[in-house]
Amino acid sequence: MKTLKTSQFHILFLPLVLAAFFVAQGAAQDSAPDVGPSQPHPLEPMESHVDNVVGHAKDAKMPYRRYCAGCHGDLGDGNGENAVWLDPKPRDFTTATFKCRSTPTGTLPTDQDLFNTIGRGLTNSNMPIWSTFSSQQRSDLVAYIKTFSPRWEKEKPGEAIKIPAEPPVTIESISHGKALFTKLECWKCHGPHGNGDGPSAATLTDSKDQPIRPYNFAAGGDDSRFKCGSTNSDLYKIFMTGLDGTPMPSFADVIQPNDAWDLVHFLRVLQVNRHSKENNVLKAAGGKIPPYVEKQAELPAVQPENRAAGGGN
Amino acid sequence: MPPGTVVGPSSVRSRTEEDLPRGGLWKGFPSTCFVFALAIALWECSLKNLPQEFGMRMGTQSRICGKLPWLQSVATAVLVVVFLVLSASQSANALPAFARKYGLRCSACHESWPMLNYFGQKFKDNGYQLMNDRDAPIWQNASYWPITLRITPFWSRESTNKVAVDTTTGTGETRLTTTGFNLSGLDILTGGTLEKNISFLLVPSADEFGSFHFESANVRFDNLFHSPWLNVKTGKFELDSFISEKRTLTLSASGGEYQLFHFIPVNDGNIFGQLGDNQLGAEWMGHSADDRTRLSAAVFSSTDGNVDLPYGQNSYSWFFAGSQAFGAGRLGVQRVGGYALVGIAPTTYLTSAGVPIPGSGIGNKSFSRYGFEGLFYLGSHLDFQVFTQHGSDNAFFGACYGDIIDGATPCTANNTTGTLPPGTVNPTWNGAFVETHYVWNPQFTIFQRSEWVRMSQQAIPGTPSNLGDIDNYVFGYRYNPFMTSRAGFAFHNEYAWIRQRGTSPVTGTDLSSSSLMLGFDFDF
Repeated sequence: MKTLKTSQFHILFLPLVLAAFFVAQGAAQDSAPDVGPSQPHPLEPMESHVDNVVGHAKDAKMPYRRYCAGCHGDLGDGNGENAVWLDPKPRDFTTATFKCRSTPTGTLPTDQDLFNTIGRGLTNSNMPIWSTFSSQQRSDLVAYIKTFSPRWEKEKPGEAIKIPAEPPVTIESISHGKALFTKLECWKCHGPHGNGDGPSAATLTDSKDQPIRPYNFAAGGDDSRFKCGSTNSDLYKIFMTGLDGTPMPSFADVIQPNDAWDLVHFLRVLQVNRHSKENNVLKAAGGKIPPYVEKQAELPAVQPENRAAGGGN
Repeated sequence: MPPGTVVGPSSVRSRTEEDLPRGGLWKGFPSTCFVFALAIALWECSLKNLPQEFGMRMGTQSRICGKLPWLQSVATAVLVVVFLVLSASQSANALPAFARKYGLRCSACHESWPMLNYFGQKFKDNGYQLMNDRDAPIWQNASYWPITLRITPFWSRESTNKVAVDTTTGTGETRLTTTGFNLSGLDILTGGTLEKNISFLLVPSADEFGSFHFESANVRFDNLFHSPWLNVKTGKFELDSFISEKRTLTLSASGGEYQLFHFIPVNDGNIFGQLGDNQLGAEWMGHSADDRTRLSAAVFSSTDGNVDLPYGQNSYSWFFAGSQAFGAGRLGVQRVGGYALVGIAPTTYLTSAGVPIPGSGIGNKSFSRYGFEGLFYLGSHLDFQVFTQHGSDNAFFGACYGDIIDGATPCTANNTTGTLPPGTVNPTWNGAFVETHYVWNPQFTIFQRSEWVRMSQQAIPGTPSNLGDIDNYVFGYRYNPFMTSRAGFAFHNEYAWIRQRGTSPVTGTDLSSSSLMLGFDFDF
């Protein structure tokens, strides 16, 4: 009988061996070597919708475990094995409370908000920039994150706030922003010069009673980022929606959109090491902010300790 | 909802531990091991039933295998299970350097440790930085010490079909098969950031006998002028192929290397064109912000990574690589690219009392290696690495000029400016490999690699056209019983078979070897 040549034999036999292996494994899938605390199940048939991409929770099961569970935990409760070493603590998805939203405080974020957070990362935390994920992978993860809290089944995300066009930066807008900074008592946490060293700074805790530090505007240069973005619009959005789960409240009910833009312009000049149009305007004005002449009625007071449940990143 | 309203878990039900599937630490693993061991044993027995094809002599072991085909299967399976049970008592409680620094699981950067995934490749390309404020050493705990140790104790069965042996009639060839417990070399990996955008990698490495050398030692400056396209490093480093032999999942004696990364034609004296050896030089590397586009160019001394310039004084090589990643929907992010290694190296040496003088190499001749590389994902479980090569050496190398320092037989008489045998031409070859990974979950990966090298032109006229051709097949799995940022630990089971045409020591017939390896690969 004609025998196979050695090379032919191996080329034929190798796939057979592998096929047998895969088949055997497939039959034993329920007992696959999947150890320790594992993915939750049954998995909700949750979806996300970001632009034209539909994310499916079931497709993010493995990526979540690979990339996210170490910090956020298999249960999504922020108690991954690394959480104990992290500061701030990882986000607890079971509360569905998120800092970075385009929606009003206390409401669920949009899928796009979560999508953006994954791709942007969170500065001053251990949350990396997961920009290597494809849009599909990110959307799948958004859907998966939503399976951890029943809130996503009972509530709809809030409606994204409207961000009006940014007015031109003027020394007057900066001056007004400074007045608001004082009036709203932002300085109590962020410090009079934005160094994050206000008189209340050392006492702040998040909704899980973890110590939390106010943002230091003066640190960093051109590459500085805020928790939820790096643009003026992101900054506007931060104090108009608040950072839920932290002492940073929403100011949407206490200032008007144009006033908010003035505050943005002032906060930018606190970033003294950053090249910006705001700093250019200030420099052109001789480097000093003139006193603001009050033109409006007195602003209502705001309670800075407002915070929603959640905490961490 | 007004500001300050408390929302959260008080009124809603979240998943609890009770919702988790029940399963022991090793649930399902024994059956996996058994099936694998069975496959290996069948393979081995099948080989032994083809003695004519291999020119093998049917020994006692083969006869037993023929009569009791399941005996070897059972024995192998028992061995695997013994390893399994033993491993349950293993623990690793120290910290892998990078994972510890950032608090990420190994699986965040490694598709299966040590093979990098896209995120890990980006981390490496950014100079071991995540590009956030946690990169600077100032964020590290003062007790942080960026050191990882890696070593692999293992049991293996090694078999070579033709080993030169003394006989009553002279010299003959015989099959030699050995089994036993063994130990790999040791890698001491240290790396990280010295300051934001200044990173280093230092890898003192010992072979299994404890003899140390520096596998890697380089410093890298990243994001010069705030551009990800300007990254420079100098020292000893791995050439920038995104398919990395240093991070291969295969470990055995017959399957642990990419043949194309070290291929040298039979009787060729050029040791300088080995992609898999770390080189001494400088490299520019640039990449897009998302790392989808990668480019690099390196210049290095033609010393095959050896220190003190033991070969020529003015011989350099260059390596260029580029790749582009692109999304393919649900299939995942694919990457394709190419590379080229071109260089010159000495072919003759000055001598003193007949002994070559280190560093005196002259008569630089050229060589080149270039090809395609690709990494293709078919969903989140299955991927293929494809690597091709066309290689060419100058005819002088093909005629055995080149590495006289190592004294590689038969290249021992080329210490003066030589002449080529009539008709000598540049040796050329082509090769490719396909490596497949089936990532069942981040803890369990099955792999295979099939590799072929074919000579397309022999240097010396009359040489058999297939002399030196290589076939290499390897398959196995890696299983990580736990997955944290604290340590890496994998049960590794692999079988490999390799054949090189016409290179047996006495008869000049085909030489083949196989390895069956069961080991514990760990780092901490």
